Amino acid sequence: MTTLAAVGVIPTPSIQYAAIAPMLIIFGVGLVGVLVEAFVPRGLRHVTQVVITLAGIVAAFVSVVVLAGTHRVVVEGAVAIDGPTLFLWGLILALAFLAVLTIAERALDPGGAFTGSAAALPGSAAEREVSAAGITATEVFPLTLFAVGGMMLFPAANDLLTMFVGLEVLSLPLYLMCGLARRRRLLSQEAAMKYFVLGAYSSGFFLFGIALLYGYAGSFRLAAIASAASSQLGNDGLLLGGMALLTVGLLFKIGAVPFHSWVPDVYQGAPTPVTGFMATATKAAGFGALIRVLYVALPGMTWDWRPIMWGVAILTMVVGSVLAVTQNDVKRMLAYSSVAHAGFILTAVIAATRLGTASVLFYLATYGFATIGAFAIVTLVRDSAGEATHLSQWAGLGRRSPVVAGSFALFLLAFAGIPLTSGFTGKFAVFTAALDAGAAPVVIVGVLSSAVAAFFYIRVIVVMFFSAPAPDGPTVVIPSAFTSVAVAIGVAVTVVLGVVPAPILDLANRASLFVR
Amino acid sequence: MNIWAPILVLGGIALAFALVSVVAGSFTGPRRYNRARLDSYECGIEPTPQPAGGGRFPIKYYVTAMLFIVFDIEIVFLYPWAVTFDALKIFGLVEMLLFIATVFIAYTYVWRRGGLDWD
Repeated sequence: MTTLAAVGVIPTPSIQYAAIAPMLIIFGVGLVGVLVEAFVPRGLRHVTQVVITLAGIVAAFVSVVVLAGTHRVVVEGAVAIDGPTLFLWGLILALAFLAVLTIAERALDPGGAFTGSAAALPGSAAEREVSAAGITATEVFPLTLFAVGGMMLFPAANDLLTMFVGLEVLSLPLYLMCGLARRRRLLSQEAAMKYFVLGAYSSGFFLFGIALLYGYAGSFRLAAIASAASSQLGNDGLLLGGMALLTVGLLFKIGAVPFHSWVPDVYQGAPTPVTGFMATATKAAGFGALIRVLYVALPGMTWDWRPIMWGVAILTMVVGSVLAVTQNDVKRMLAYSSVAHAGFILTAVIAATRLGTASVLFYLATYGFATIGAFAIVTLVRDSAGEATHLSQWAGLGRRSPVVAGSFALFLLAFAGIPLTSGFTGKFAVFTAALDAGAAPVVIVGVLSSAVAAFFYIRVIVVMFFSAPAPDGPTVVIPSAFTSVAVAIGVAVTVVLGVVPAPILDLANRASLFVR
Repeated sequence: MNIWAPILVLGGIALAFALVSVVAGSFTGPRRYNRARLDSYECGIEPTPQPAGGGRFPIKYYVTAMLFIVFDIEIVFLYPWAVTFDALKIFGLVEMLLFIATVFIAYTYVWRRGGLDWD
């Protein structure tokens, strides 16, 4: 075979397995989870899955800590291991740990929050048969791990194709997880369908943006795109078009206006533990990828993307805050509030400085722990039909269950940015970074929308503490240790980051340098 | 009419072939009507019974079809690897074994959870 002889020896790529160990651990444990589904008897699956999933996340977290201080590009330039990557990996893993705790909860609803027969038609005989037999499904644990793995790859990707693979690996399990609710299954399947269709659509934008940028720079590498853009030899139309389409795909994932319309429907329909997971970890991964693309691949284009991002940030804060005021459903209100928070984080993104990166990272941490705790509390307030999410049903909750209502009030105060909570330090950090970069108008809009947002957060607190409880109102179900620990950690982090934010702020500052 | 001419000619030939086949078939083919002709075509086997008046019916082929896609994709990667096996050496072997193991885990899941049972 002469052709083979001509090929000779292909240089083997060098893969630094140690540097990507956290991702490998997560994916590996996910595969073990699939094998558990295949071979472990049904009765033992839940406990096995919970143990290996939590152990895997802890192991991955430890290996992130071991990697601390790494600042290099690995796997033939496909993955960047630097400060933002490692900070976000740690944050995503910590949030995933809390999310898995709430996903594992089975004391609230017999069999947990997830359906035993996701493929059965809601209300059909097949579905009744499965629920009467008490069959439960635990596929959600490996699905969560695969999503976490994708979320880790997404902000760490150093070329656009790897970033796209990360985007799909994180999205596909989430589409499925949205449709797994045990109660209100039609709403849940509607959410999954909407998320899938719109997510696929935005992936198309993202991919087309990649194609245009490749046409411009002749490379997928972020650094190569940056140097091509600075030499200004190529066709500017390709660069601007590619940048716009890529940004649309990323803004969709973080739920920024005008790409936010899926957020309330999906957050409301998805099982609440999954909503908490999506609202925090996906947002962290999405913002990580957004700042890496804008700061590493398109730093020379700052003057082109900044005006657009000003508009997006202002719209996102205003629309999110104003629409949240009109909501009567707690989950929808939290969804619009997460849209508004995406706007607050965007004010630091447009700074395009090291301080901006650090504030984005810090805000993601403050927002993440409060949000996941708030959604965990939503799972506790129940009536006979499942979670009671209408705001009127929460009336007088503070008189009957002061601890639960008090924790929820703390999270709401953190969202509103009241001093001594993590929300205040987070907002202070992003607004300082934006002011430093001369974005005073955005900051003024941000402060005003914070005031609007504070109105509806306080309104919920007033409803919970200062109105008479409804006679047939929902009860607060006592959860098992899983949800209690998740809420307790959320409360603790919210208070600690509000009172002594210095260590984490310091960590975010040191982690704010991208490798190029 | 320069480099694009072959594409136009190819399109013309394709159109002519389609028209000739359909027209010739309707002139020369025998016309015998029976029940089998009016059944839905399912690759030559007895069609899956459908509920009277429409409704949901199980599409049993979909799991098989999905598995086919999975192994099809696996083959797409196996062929180039087989051709360049000598050039990739031990690295290629290890990476390929990891890849095959990953696909195999998905296959075990389908097998153990009854995806391969027909009824």
